[in-house]
Amino acid sequence: MSASRTEAPAAPAQAAPAAGVPRRPPGLAGTVLALMRKELLVELRTLESVPGMALFAVSTFVVFHFALKASAIAGNLAAGVLWVTLLFAAMLGVNRLFVADAEQGGFDGFLLAPVDRSAMLIAKAGSLLLYLIALELVAVPAFALMLLGPPIWPSLPWLIVALGLADLGLAVIGTFVAALAVRTRSRDLIGPLIALPLLVPIAIGASSITAPLLSAGQQAGPPARWLLLLGLYDLVFGLIAYAVFDFLLED
Amino acid sequence: MLALRLDRVARRYGEREALSGLSLTLERGATLAVLGSNGAGKTTLLRLLSTLLRPHEGTVEVLGSALPSQAWAVRGKIGLLGHEPLLYRELTARENLTYHARLHGVGKERVEQMLEAVGLSTRSQEPVKALSRGMVQRVAIARAVLHDPELLLLDEPRANLDPAASEVVEPLIGAGTDPSRPRTRVLVSHDPRSGIEEADVVLGLRDGRCELLAPADEVDVERAMELYR
Repeated sequence: MSASRTEAPAAPAQAAPAAGVPRRPPGLAGTVLALMRKELLVELRTLESVPGMALFAVSTFVVFHFALKASAIAGNLAAGVLWVTLLFAAMLGVNRLFVADAEQGGFDGFLLAPVDRSAMLIAKAGSLLLYLIALELVAVPAFALMLLGPPIWPSLPWLIVALGLADLGLAVIGTFVAALAVRTRSRDLIGPLIALPLLVPIAIGASSITAPLLSAGQQAGPPARWLLLLGLYDLVFGLIAYAVFDFLLED
Repeated sequence: MLALRLDRVARRYGEREALSGLSLTLERGATLAVLGSNGAGKTTLLRLLSTLLRPHEGTVEVLGSALPSQAWAVRGKIGLLGHEPLLYRELTARENLTYHARLHGVGKERVEQMLEAVGLSTRSQEPVKALSRGMVQRVAIARAVLHDPELLLLDEPRANLDPAASEVVEPLIGAGTDPSRPRTRVLVSHDPRSGIEEADVVLGLRDGRCELLAPADEVDVERAMELYR
């Protein structure tokens, strides 16, 4: 493999033609914006990811509601139910993340452009993050209504912090794994098989942060140790994904 | 000045050799017609030249840059029109071209210019999935030449086009008329007669190996037809 990581940033300036159609190389931010705009437009037209994720989460809460024979859960059980559901709902979005690109030549179209390839990681992770936020806007209220015993309002600010940290990790790892799995024949199976073990630390961290928040009569904030660990895990995986993502796109 | 220089290039898919020991040079501004039956290695050659594939053996130089090490220097100077249109089906022709224009740093006015040039201004707001094959091919041609590439890699560019549409896109994918901007073309064709007519040099492939490499005016159609038997 060549050192495309070091070469890519220089590409736009060097690739401009001497004459002909005027060009202004988009740079990393411009490329990310172009990719995200396209990504969200495709999702808006197809509605293949977010509605499916939200519907899955709500259906799962309904199943838990009847399976647990309880309409008021709290603490560890509530945190576990919430995060397992969100995790599996997220996998639906992860599996769809690169499908349009793989099936409709989007990868080739992108690889032919004189742009930094890391832009695709950032744009896809950013899009997945937006999908997860949309999912949680539906799933968390549904969870509070159908299953949660204690009121959610007092713990909402810290819950948002926990959701944000977990979403970051889910978005980065999900994008990384989706790029890895999309060119395989059994991508629907390979994706979750690789992603779920990598997401277990996020599930543990997020549950540990959330459990005290969802307990009856909770007063204190979440354990700082888990917040730090989750943030660190996001950072480490973000760096790993950034370092190797170019090679996932290469022949 | 050379646009392409290939020296003993090989490319495999697993055990199968898609290209083997291919050597050729092509001057800037010239057209190379690539002939050969299905599976001869034509598409693999285009993907190698477009930087999408790496050679497993030999050296490839495109527009003076060695591949794959200097691939970044030629991306953006290459326009690829392959079997796939490289368009998102759910997006409109205009949205697809705007997306590619952004990636190539080309202005919106060029998108309008290209839609006009391929005769699709009035259908530009319809999703690509609603367009006919010929129209999709025209949008794909607009996409391939949007950034005014120096090297055009064309795989059956007139496939699905009726004679009128072929005429419409001719200025975009033809040999070019501006001497200050020589347009080099590699043209894959299943029609030896038209391929030879359009080309300066003809390359014939069979099972990934070079069977024919000669100036177009020295190649007769019957000899080229042998490649398909």
